[in-house]
Amino acid sequence: MIMFKINNLISRILIVCALCSMFCVLSFHAHALTAEEVVKKSQEAFFFQGKDFKARVMMKLISKGGQERVRELTMLRKNYGASGGEQKYFMYFYQPADVKDMTFMVYKYPAKDDDRWLFVPAINMVRRIAAQDKSSSFVGSDFTYEDVSGRDVEDDTHEIVKEEKLGANDCFVIKSTPKKADVDYSYKLSWIDKGNFLPLKDEYYDKKGELSRVFSAEEIKDVKGFPTVTKRIMKNLLSGHRTETTFTKADYNIGIEDNLFSERFLKQPPKKWTE
Amino acid sequence: MKSGQRSAVSRDRLVPSDQQLKDKSPQPPFTKGGQGEIFLIIKFIIVTCLVTLLLSSRTFASDISLHGFIQGNYSVDTTTSNPDGKDFKWAEERAQLKLDASKDPFHLFLKTDAFYDHIDDASHLELREGYADYTSSSWDARIGRQIITWGLGDLIFINDVFPKDYEAFFSGRPLEYLKLGSDAVKIGLYPSFASSELIIIPFFEPNNFPDRKRFHMFDPMPLVTKREEEQPSSTLENTEIAFRVYRDVAGYDASLYYYRGFFRQPSMLPDSMTSPTKINLVYPELSVYGASLQGRALDGVLSLEAGYYDSREDRDGTDPMTPNSQGRFLIGYQRQMWEDFTIGLQYYGEYMYDYSEYEENVPPGFPQDKKHHDLASVRLTQLMIHQTLRLSFFSFYSPSDSDYLLNPEVKYNFSDSIWAAVGANVFGGGDEWDQFGSLDENDNVYVQVRYEF
Repeated sequence: MIMFKINNLISRILIVCALCSMFCVLSFHAHALTAEEVVKKSQEAFFFQGKDFKARVMMKLISKGGQERVRELTMLRKNYGASGGEQKYFMYFYQPADVKDMTFMVYKYPAKDDDRWLFVPAINMVRRIAAQDKSSSFVGSDFTYEDVSGRDVEDDTHEIVKEEKLGANDCFVIKSTPKKADVDYSYKLSWIDKGNFLPLKDEYYDKKGELSRVFSAEEIKDVKGFPTVTKRIMKNLLSGHRTETTFTKADYNIGIEDNLFSERFLKQPPKKWTE
Repeated sequence: MKSGQRSAVSRDRLVPSDQQLKDKSPQPPFTKGGQGEIFLIIKFIIVTCLVTLLLSSRTFASDISLHGFIQGNYSVDTTTSNPDGKDFKWAEERAQLKLDASKDPFHLFLKTDAFYDHIDDASHLELREGYADYTSSSWDARIGRQIITWGLGDLIFINDVFPKDYEAFFSGRPLEYLKLGSDAVKIGLYPSFASSELIIIPFFEPNNFPDRKRFHMFDPMPLVTKREEEQPSSTLENTEIAFRVYRDVAGYDASLYYYRGFFRQPSMLPDSMTSPTKINLVYPELSVYGASLQGRALDGVLSLEAGYYDSREDRDGTDPMTPNSQGRFLIGYQRQMWEDFTIGLQYYGEYMYDYSEYEENVPPGFPQDKKHHDLASVRLTQLMIHQTLRLSFFSFYSPSDSDYLLNPEVKYNFSDSIWAAVGANVFGGGDEWDQFGSLDENDNVYVQVRYEF
């Protein structure tokens, strides 16, 4: 009888211990990631995957009235150092006709302004472009330079507002508030997939607190083991304008040479990268 | 005479010629001047054959592209009619075809314009560019007519010693027409420590200055109407050489430049100083040694450029027919003030060496160049409506001469393939022989409409 009680007690203790440790593990897991860490992982998954990356980018700029304009380019990106570190971008434009054969190069640095160069084929000239405002529109679209190449994690304060499902995906919902008033929104809510850390939806709220822009990841494909957003939309709710972007021929770790990011190849982009 | 040419001799940056008084006859197809005509015809035939070969081969079919545009371009006088009584500085319809063909490691490019000029009532064909490229990993070569752009200035050229068409600029044509092609060989060498370009130009091409029939301009010798142009002949000795070496230096783009060739702006050479009957227009020998630096600074882009103009035929400065040697420098700053609004500021200075020798030899009665000449510019650009509307304003003002140029422009992209621009060129201030002062009566409003494919 006593033995039974002791056994019972031990098993209860064990059960309690197991439950406690399970709870600890679960709670530890749930709270292991701070908001900053989630955003950092999300940036890593969205902007820094692989050693390098290539995609043919088709942007459709669609006005409220339905008029469409097209921007088509090849984007090449190479990482230098760890995630969140320096990157170089090389873009070659196919469309529209008045920017065909233009190339654009960006050296992106954490915590300081980019270096940007533009090549204008009609006069065979490479020139540096002043680039202070990262929240400027990228080629007239609803995406900003930051939407295309990322924003420094340290530029905002981040908090996990809640965790919820977006469609079938479990998400962190992160509120990011810019520390400086250097952008045209007051804060952003991001739905970040808990599994692959890709942003599935972003809502930008303007200075009046009204929802102004909405980003949505419409299609995610696996490319060489990297989940990649291959279709995305940015809608401007105030103007009714939207931009739909599709990535085709996306690829990672393709061995982009360092010397691609040079005046020589801005003027004569290698065929193997622009085809 | 140096002073007599005032805005001509010592100013080959953005200056109309006072002395290119010879009548302009319509250019025959595919020629740009007398010298290189045969060469150009041969080259055109070779290039055409190569392109035909490529086109006829299925292997290369995917590497061929054809693009171009159709354009209307009109510029109407707003102050007074042209010297010949007409009211337009420019009036044309133009079609351009750009043919690209490539098969590694070769690439061919042809850019040809056909246009109808309503002022002279004549049609023309013009080879704007036509070259072949060879590319290897550490070097490349380009042979044929090509546009070469060096230096950092915005419409101010120190180390960009290559041919320009100032008439195009002052007539309200699209900016790309400011640059003329050079018939040249360009070799690019890319060792790891620096990149470099060597350019060999066997056929001299002068700058194109406004036509006397269309532009009112100062002429120091209006009574001497007989004028003859003498371009440097195409000899080995006269072959122009330009060399540029460039690399990154602590985050700045640094370049060194060298040029040995000729002024592209003619000097006037009268047959007699006392009673001239004829003026020869000659292109004196020139060497340029220069450097430039560009990078991020003060929340914008800072540009520095300098050049020493060695006037090889007048090193002591005593020849009043030939420009003195000069030092030229430029400081530029560009900054984005807010979304889609950019401001660009420039200050440019020229210093004439051996000024006392020049002063002593200036023929009496001629306006005299200053020892220091300078020029400031401002460019404001605002993009709107998803960057489809561009409002821009460009202005030159010379603190030393008090003359100016104003160029406001509105450009709108109606769709991805159709755009139109409306703008104006307003000149004034200074004296009648100054760079922009001499163009005072040539104010114009222009329209450009283009369908691009």
